[in-house]
Amino acid sequence: MSGRTLFDKVWDQHVVEDLGDGMNLMFVSRHVISELSGHRAQLEIGRRGLKTRNPELTLGTMDHVVSTVPGARGGPAPWADKIIDGFRAESRKSGLRLYDIGEDGQGIVHVIGPELGFTQPGTLLVCADSHSCTHGALGALAWGIGSSELAHVLATQTIVQQRPRTMRVRFDGAPARGVTAKDLILALIGRIGTAGGAGYAVEYAGEAICNMEVEGRLTVCNLSIELGAKVGMVAPDEKTYSYLKGRRLAPSGALWNQALAHWRTLPTDPTAHFDVEHRVDASALAPQITWGTSPEDVIAVDGTVPDTKPEARAYMGLSAGQRIAGTRIDRVFIGSCTNSRLSDLRAAAAVLGGRKAAQHVRAWAVPGSWRVKQDAEAEGLHEVFLAAGFEWREAGCSMCVAANGDYVEPLARCVSTSNRNFVGRQGPQARTHLASPATAAAAAVAGEIVDIRGF
Amino acid sequence: MERFSTLSATAAPLPQQNVDTDFIIRIERCTGTPREEIGRYAFETARFDKDGSENPEFALNQPQYRGAKILVCGEFFGTGSSREMAVWALAGMGIRCLIAPSFGQIFYGNCFQNGLLPIVLASSQVGELMRAAAEGKTFEIDLEKQTVNGTIGFEIAPRRKKMLLEGLDEIALTLAMEPKIAAFQAADRERRPWIYA
Repeated sequence: MSGRTLFDKVWDQHVVEDLGDGMNLMFVSRHVISELSGHRAQLEIGRRGLKTRNPELTLGTMDHVVSTVPGARGGPAPWADKIIDGFRAESRKSGLRLYDIGEDGQGIVHVIGPELGFTQPGTLLVCADSHSCTHGALGALAWGIGSSELAHVLATQTIVQQRPRTMRVRFDGAPARGVTAKDLILALIGRIGTAGGAGYAVEYAGEAICNMEVEGRLTVCNLSIELGAKVGMVAPDEKTYSYLKGRRLAPSGALWNQALAHWRTLPTDPTAHFDVEHRVDASALAPQITWGTSPEDVIAVDGTVPDTKPEARAYMGLSAGQRIAGTRIDRVFIGSCTNSRLSDLRAAAAVLGGRKAAQHVRAWAVPGSWRVKQDAEAEGLHEVFLAAGFEWREAGCSMCVAANGDYVEPLARCVSTSNRNFVGRQGPQARTHLASPATAAAAAVAGEIVDIRGF
Repeated sequence: MERFSTLSATAAPLPQQNVDTDFIIRIERCTGTPREEIGRYAFETARFDKDGSENPEFALNQPQYRGAKILVCGEFFGTGSSREMAVWALAGMGIRCLIAPSFGQIFYGNCFQNGLLPIVLASSQVGELMRAAAEGKTFEIDLEKQTVNGTIGFEIAPRRKKMLLEGLDEIALTLAMEPKIAAFQAADRERRPWIYA
């Protein structure tokens, strides 16, 4: 008899009702909500005379439209304050766990869920944000939903969902120096394409994933949606348990032991079958960087711009055959739910190591959460960034999505640790190159795209 | 929710691949624009020049596609952000049906929540329909029979089909299942008490 996958186990443990033809009514054991997508849905259920069914299973914070200007404690403009204030009022009324601006716990939803220990192995977690797949790094089954589904979750604590097929991606071997979690997942997206995971729940496995710390796994799972997959997961292991232990909302005492015993039953059985399997030799990879306007437009940093997708090339102001290294840049953004955790900031600061950003480069470091910012400051990382000429900003989504007015100027070229290089994503006509924190920091110093391995 | 049964309308060709939801609706339009006004900002950067005038190159600005209610799209239409405003924007400009070889998964689900029908067909069939759209032909969509132009069949999950045909509200349907949800939760609380601590 064939065994079951991590995905199968967590999925099956949340089925309330089989609705037929692969559709299921699923219980949502963890719901994360933030101001921009959340507030409209709160108003919608209020309009229908409904309430948040399980505020105790709901975590709220502000991230998308908050100002990240140093010292800021609200939105960048009145329209943003209106959303923030409305969300705060509705959240308090509903009784959900709200981590407000300026409080320990506030930050990007996909940073604070794990940070607080709210995200746990074996939970089904949804959030009205496509990068909710991030939480799968702890062995949760997590995906992004729309506004209507968000209202449905608030009102019923369930979601109707079609069961996806399963895919496993093994990253074999040990990555070379300078090759990070970000490079691994970008390389995979380059290989199988931005629709390569569509319709699948992906499990990441293999030596490189087993040896990777939880924060790296969060980066890998974060980009699952750029692979077209709503769900990305990593089996929980000792690294997961030691990461979670003692966190504010993680179980403690006898419940910890009970939870741990359950978590240990979750990893994929050796005989389990996946619908599709991929293997990537992580030891053969170079640092990656995108050249185009889709995350699949990715090359090794010592590579050349391909002669495909002329529109993307034109938008990016690049020529076919051109070496990507040496391309002059204007902006550097270190932040976002992909790469704004303490280890990301450490990696960037280690590269800076007392050096300054090039004069023509405007560089930002935006911690993913209030707690990340405090912890980084406690070890002096902010001084490294500030000495290098970076702006050291408040926690939020910032220039990844440019919802709060943090954007890259038209035609300016930005090396960004975020997740999307779409046309106009970081601002109208902005040119985005996705890369790891180390590669982004090196680019800031060099003033151009540079191979971190020789830096 | 608005019902969907049959549709007879022009279809506009939009052959670009990987059209993302950021492109369908810019983030600035998601922060406060009333839902009933959001349609005017669909595909904003492609539809309008910098001075606000219409870009005549963009299909939906061309006279033959002004009343289009169908879009024939390239691969992986609606990839990226979960923003449902992308669907609201399309609906706001009168689109009721999308045809593509594949869709962004969250976008695909969001369509059904708003009475839009996303149809997945083989690339060759989409190519054929793209040519028909370029010729300005009127398309006939029949959800009950699951056909495009009478001869091309498409798949749809039966529950999704029923919801569109009858204009059902998913929240209302699920609220009626509350006893089952409560029973599930009570059993789960026994089994995994730490989840509820």
